[in-house]
Amino acid sequence: MSEIRVIPLGAGQDVGRSCIIVQIGGKNIMLDCGMHMGYNDERRFPDLSFIVAEGPLTSFIDCVIISHFHLDHCGALPYLTEMVGYSGPIYMTHPTKAIAPILLEDMRRIAVEKKGDGNFFTSQMIKDCMKKVTAVTLHQSLMVDNQLEIKAYYAGHVLGAAMFKITVGSQSVVYTGDYNMTPDRHLGAAWIDKCRPDLLITESTYATTIRDSKRCRERDFLKKVTECIDRGGKVLIPVFALGRAQELCILLDTHWERMNLKTPVYFAVGLTEKANNYYKMFITWTNQNVKKTFVQRNMFDFKHIKPFDKSYIDNPGAMVVLAPPGMLHAGLSLQIFKKWAPNESNMVIMPGFCVVGTVGHKILNGAKQIEFESRQTVEVKMSVEYMSFSAHADAKGIMQLIQYCEPKNVLLVHGEAEKMEFLKEKIKQEFDLDCYMPANGETCTITTPYRIPIDVSLSLLKAENSKYNAQPPNPKNARVIHGVLVVKDSSLCLMDVDEACKEAGINRHIIRFTSTVRLEDPSPPSKTAEKLYKLFKEKLVGWNVGLTDGSISIESVLVKVEGSEDEQKNVYVSWTNQDEELGSSILEILQSMGHVS
Amino acid sequence: MRLYCLSSHPNKPCYVLRFKEIVMMLDCGLSAQTALNFLPLPLVPSSRLANLPAWMPQDTVDIQLEGELKECMGRVFVDSAPEFCPPLTNMIDFSEIDVILISNYSSMLALPFITENTGFRGVVYATEPTLQIGRLFLEELVEYIEQTPKRNQAKFWKDILHLLPSPLCDSFKPKTWRLLYKLSEVQSSLSRIKVVGYDEKLDVYGALKVTAVSSGYCLGSSNWVISSDYEKVAYVSGSSTLTTHPRPMDQTVLRNSNVLILTGLTQTPTANPDTMLGELCMAVAMTLRANGNVLIPCYPSGVVYDLFECLSSHLDNSSLSTIPMFFISPVADMSLGYSNILAEWLSNTKQNKVYLPEEPFPHGYLVKTGRLKHYKRIYSDGFSTDFRQPCVVFCGHPSLRFGDAVHFIEQWGNNPLHTVIFTEPDFPYLEALAPYQPLTMKSVHCPIDTSLNFTQANKLIRELKPSTLVVPQSYTIPPPNHAHRSELVIDQESRYVISIQRGEVVSLAVKRQMAKVSLCPTLADRINCSEVRSGICLATITAGLYVKDNQHKILELPDETPVVPKKRRLSKSEGESSSNSMRYEWGILDMDLFIRKLKQEGISDAKVEQNNSGYIIHLQEEDTLIQVEEKSTHIYCEAADTQLRLKLRNILMQCLSSF
Ligand SMILES: [Zn+2]
Repeated sequence: MSEIRVIPLGAGQDVGRSCIIVQIGGKNIMLDCGMHMGYNDERRFPDLSFIVAEGPLTSFIDCVIISHFHLDHCGALPYLTEMVGYSGPIYMTHPTKAIAPILLEDMRRIAVEKKGDGNFFTSQMIKDCMKKVTAVTLHQSLMVDNQLEIKAYYAGHVLGAAMFKITVGSQSVVYTGDYNMTPDRHLGAAWIDKCRPDLLITESTYATTIRDSKRCRERDFLKKVTECIDRGGKVLIPVFALGRAQELCILLDTHWERMNLKTPVYFAVGLTEKANNYYKMFITWTNQNVKKTFVQRNMFDFKHIKPFDKSYIDNPGAMVVLAPPGMLHAGLSLQIFKKWAPNESNMVIMPGFCVVGTVGHKILNGAKQIEFESRQTVEVKMSVEYMSFSAHADAKGIMQLIQYCEPKNVLLVHGEAEKMEFLKEKIKQEFDLDCYMPANGETCTITTPYRIPIDVSLSLLKAENSKYNAQPPNPKNARVIHGVLVVKDSSLCLMDVDEACKEAGINRHIIRFTSTVRLEDPSPPSKTAEKLYKLFKEKLVGWNVGLTDGSISIESVLVKVEGSEDEQKNVYVSWTNQDEELGSSILEILQSMGHVS
Repeated sequence: MRLYCLSSHPNKPCYVLRFKEIVMMLDCGLSAQTALNFLPLPLVPSSRLANLPAWMPQDTVDIQLEGELKECMGRVFVDSAPEFCPPLTNMIDFSEIDVILISNYSSMLALPFITENTGFRGVVYATEPTLQIGRLFLEELVEYIEQTPKRNQAKFWKDILHLLPSPLCDSFKPKTWRLLYKLSEVQSSLSRIKVVGYDEKLDVYGALKVTAVSSGYCLGSSNWVISSDYEKVAYVSGSSTLTTHPRPMDQTVLRNSNVLILTGLTQTPTANPDTMLGELCMAVAMTLRANGNVLIPCYPSGVVYDLFECLSSHLDNSSLSTIPMFFISPVADMSLGYSNILAEWLSNTKQNKVYLPEEPFPHGYLVKTGRLKHYKRIYSDGFSTDFRQPCVVFCGHPSLRFGDAVHFIEQWGNNPLHTVIFTEPDFPYLEALAPYQPLTMKSVHCPIDTSLNFTQANKLIRELKPSTLVVPQSYTIPPPNHAHRSELVIDQESRYVISIQRGEVVSLAVKRQMAKVSLCPTLADRINCSEVRSGICLATITAGLYVKDNQHKILELPDETPVVPKKRRLSKSEGESSSNSMRYEWGILDMDLFIRKLKQEGISDAKVEQNNSGYIIHLQEEDTLIQVEEKSTHIYCEAADTQLRLKLRNILMQCLSSF
């Protein structure tokens, strides 16, 4: 038995700062290198000292794989490569490679300029980091080295999000990153083939949720937005610049078009146009529908959505503003929130999950007053709505993915402990699979059966095959192969005994026994032989009994009759040492007869 | 392994490979060259074409033939809806095909002929750009033919081939030629394509693995590696080592294959693509300066993208930046749109642009700024109002037999100010122009074929080191129009080359000794190895064989499963699982040791005699003979004396090594 070890440095019974170390077949792989949005101190980055106390990380980690561009999955990458000094290979999909640096830069600016964080990576570091990234395409089998192979699958969570299968020899692990099992307005559903990994590491953000249909959620969302603007209120929708933002833009744009609405919808400038351009360029990563129509009408050319300017914050009247970041932890969305929160006709709609410590998390938990570092407090009188628009798989989706890829073990990450516990039981019950949920820094060891690839001589296989096919068809018949395994310079090869001796350069030494039995039978030897032949045929059903030139053969045991026409016959039974059992049994049968009747 | 060749054109290949009981079609190219025998299909009725004199073989009056053949400047053309020569149908039953692999969009135009109404049940693999752009090629072709319907389908000329002038008389089996497929057949055929990525390992019925790798020739173009556990076949079709817009060619995985099938080399081996591009730009500028128009017959995708890019910058530098470029094709908008979203299939330079994010090709920008205008057809809305002269027009079809190009040649043919520039290498340009003679517009031949030339191909073969090389027969002799250029062939000196041509089958002997199976670890743990020589161990095993989807597994024999019914009844000692403990003896019997051991066991009357082949040991009291030779020991004894026999057996086995 061999083992796969998993150590979450982040995302172990937690959401945020995804970073998971997998040891498989002597390789160490880092899955994601994310940042925690809820912290401003050293806890924001994964604790790398956990894996190597000192010394270069590069010699320990064989490769880093980034599942998608969300900062809780890639936010610490420049820290890893430019500040810790990892210089090995990094893999991500093309859209992730294109979009991640934009988000990293945006986050850096907020951290350094707004919060005055001194110990942060620089713009140049982001650029240098991204130069080290190798972009991969879906389903491509990429050999990291001679043994380590990775393959990306569509994850549907955001543009370019991928699940990764990691294979070393006969062992394999699938890491889902974040994924979504239901297609939405711009992305397709996650897909994986029945690849039967030894371990599936899956996110479990919505481990206990079964979400109602997408249509209902969209209708609710639009209803809430319309109600608010009808009473002249302002709607704030905190979003990440890329991802759900585009989904909500498509939703709002088509609704505004259909209902002929005039209330302004704004999308915070800066990233917006650039972001939408990425979506246009990587349209092959969107869903069939968007792809099919893009030449006639590009989904990401929005008709009703205008760029936002900070001066609009104080504009009178209704409006809808989508502004980053998504968890209200900093930046423009927080700025707008502070202004609009005290007015009860306004509304904030949180379209996704918020990690602990963020303003988003606080108001979702009913906080009516938020305190800020500057001792400023804000009364929250606006209505707070939560709409699950995060493109994460819900419990049903997670079960579905397990069904798709048929793993032998499941490991949960990127979720909350209690919810994981629930899902874990469910997986155990429904699939009878071992399910794990290690906490950060906890090592989880999974034993896997390993298969040993060997060569078999084709002639041996063919001989078996013709023998098997000669039998009356019966699915219960076990197929049996007999041969000699030759072990030479770590190559394993099964062949028949003569081939094996030749390969090894040795001579067989055949031990043969010939025993004589005297029988009474007053007929010519050939007749006696025939009688014996019939007798063996009767007695030894299922054995290969033959008669040629007066000699009887039972499998490889030979029986010969000699003597004149008088009573006594000499019956010789001859067999090799390997047939001892059969040979001696036949001898016994003959001895017990005494005479042939 | 057998390889069948179904197409005559190395650049529109169609092969079938039978390998490990899988029937695999490699490409299904359709040469449109047969169309050159037909009269052009004008968009607006052409009196010139209508008034061409009818042609009849001398001294023949055949009423049925009337109206089928027309003459233009000494050349005879068929006046009928054009027909195409599909891949041979008599070599392989298309319903038997398991898999079709498509290398690039220019070698799939026969797909509907193969997959529709033939009982085809297999799966077709192609990359996403091959599917998307291939669709454009197929739809454009169908639309060209359908927008100019011909009422008659001439067929009687096929009965009197011997009476016809060249090149009609050399037509290959014209009775097998077919009218083009319908749009519905195109759709249904394309719906069978499964999209694959580069370096994606596809499993074919558990018997073979198939992988597409970048071939550098056009967007999404691929070579294929087909492998079993022990053999590797590389199919290289339409590859380029030049730096243009596609992803560069990936050669590493093609190395050291057992068989390399190489096709799709350049059709213009003496023309350098860079030089031709330069000449084209000059010819365009010259014509425009003289107030003439330029017609560039083209396909809807491919080199045309490079032409937009190079020509627009050349015109900018020649102070001709106000000259409009028109791109007319039923699929022009799709082609321009798709090419800019296929970043992952582009060269690094182009790919890096999307990270900015900028469109990888400048034609999006050229369209936005009005430099490049595109229309579905010449009578589309806006074309006549936008149309300004002088101008550059890109449109199909390069054969000049159908498509909007026919209209422009008819219009501009008698004006020496205008120029037609041939860049697509698929059709001999003089042949293409034949039904338009006499022609006063200038014609310039600048074929741009980025496929491998012979020098590049020979270098590639040397690097790839295949055991066996298969090439079209035409690559083993210099091209007919360059008969003296002996360097324009595939070098056969240093390796085994098999040539193949349409209608031929070749056997590719790939000797296979071994198969891959997997050994169950619990069984492996119990295997008892004996070292017979330093570094070589042997172990006799009897195990269960589990076969599923052509994959073999070796497992422990389940205890309960009777190997053959009732066999167990014979087994004397129930405890001992006989087959698993079976061993084979080897080496020479040490006589001294054997005799000593016999004595130890109380057998002291052994009489040893030496003879030619070894020794005879006579146990006088027991009336037992032991014949010892180098490679065998034979014990002759009375059946009654079982105890003795087993004792001898034991001693003998102690004296011999075994595994
Ligand atoms: Zn995410």
